Amino acid sequence: MIGKSILRITVKLLIPAIMLFALYVQFHGDYGPGGGFQAGVIFASAFIVYGLLFGTHRARRVVAPGIIRICLAFGVLLYAGVGVAGILLGGQYLDYNVLAHDPVHGQHLGILLIEFGVGTTVAAAMITIYLTFAGHDRPLDEEG
Amino acid sequence: MIEVIDMALLVIMVATALGFVFIRNLFAIVMLSGIFSLTAAVLYVVMDAVDVAFTEAAVGAGIATVLGIVALSLTGETNEAPSQRSHIGPFLVVMLTGVILINATFDMPRFGDPEAPINKHVAPRYIEKSGEEIGVPNIVTSVLASYRGYDTLGETTVIFTAACGVLALLGRRRRAKPGAGARGAESDR
Repeated sequence: MIGKSILRITVKLLIPAIMLFALYVQFHGDYGPGGGFQAGVIFASAFIVYGLLFGTHRARRVVAPGIIRICLAFGVLLYAGVGVAGILLGGQYLDYNVLAHDPVHGQHLGILLIEFGVGTTVAAAMITIYLTFAGHDRPLDEEG
Repeated sequence: MIEVIDMALLVIMVATALGFVFIRNLFAIVMLSGIFSLTAAVLYVVMDAVDVAFTEAAVGAGIATVLGIVALSLTGETNEAPSQRSHIGPFLVVMLTGVILINATFDMPRFGDPEAPINKHVAPRYIEKSGEEIGVPNIVTSVLASYRGYDTLGETTVIFTAACGVLALLGRRRRAKPGAGARGAESDR
């Protein structure tokens, strides 16, 4: 346990930076490499590294599995919902041009929303898979 | 110079792949698969596909490695010894498939060929029009999120379905043994 304190403190310091970087990748995807997929994975890795070092039961306490499952479905629903909103506003499915008064603004809004949906679902899926796998046995830190 | 980097990366990937075949320790194999993904990511960067490289590094080298290690904590670290049976049949099948695949690559256009079908079809339109139609500087994002919105919706659904599948297969069993939570809390000291 003593041998791990350096690792734990370093990771504690790193976790906010990892999450901030995930948000940067999420919202900077329009301008550089990145997007919802990568951002979701990076965001999930912050939780996973916490779970690896402090045990999955504590990671579960940070975010309840129920909330993660809601996020898992919410992302896909948001993506599909943007498509339906396009139909309701007089366009075609997943047509972002009609989402705002200006087609280019509509495209920006649509891309922002669906990337957010992708990021939410990917992050929730990765956390779910990790917690389900790891929840079956003792946390890794017991092995020393 | 770029050829030297390509060759070095491909040699590392082949060496890693040989490692998969000969190493029996599963922990080492999980680490090797992370190295393989990271080398592939570097190769994608050399090919100017930074978005793909980013995904490969995050998913292949990051998450997949972690999930592999977590899976090892459930199964144990060493593979069983290989059986002594003859492997001539599978070996021939693998060699034949490899020869067919390599033979097929001779028909493919050269990498970066401007006359290649992939560069003739819809790519010129994306490059010329996406600036005024979408207004997003990163063309990869406008193709993924807008022009190919259906594909990305499908991919997101695949991720969603994968998580649902894991939950359906493994998620329920935890409730059957209530002792797991108490044991976890004990290690919290």
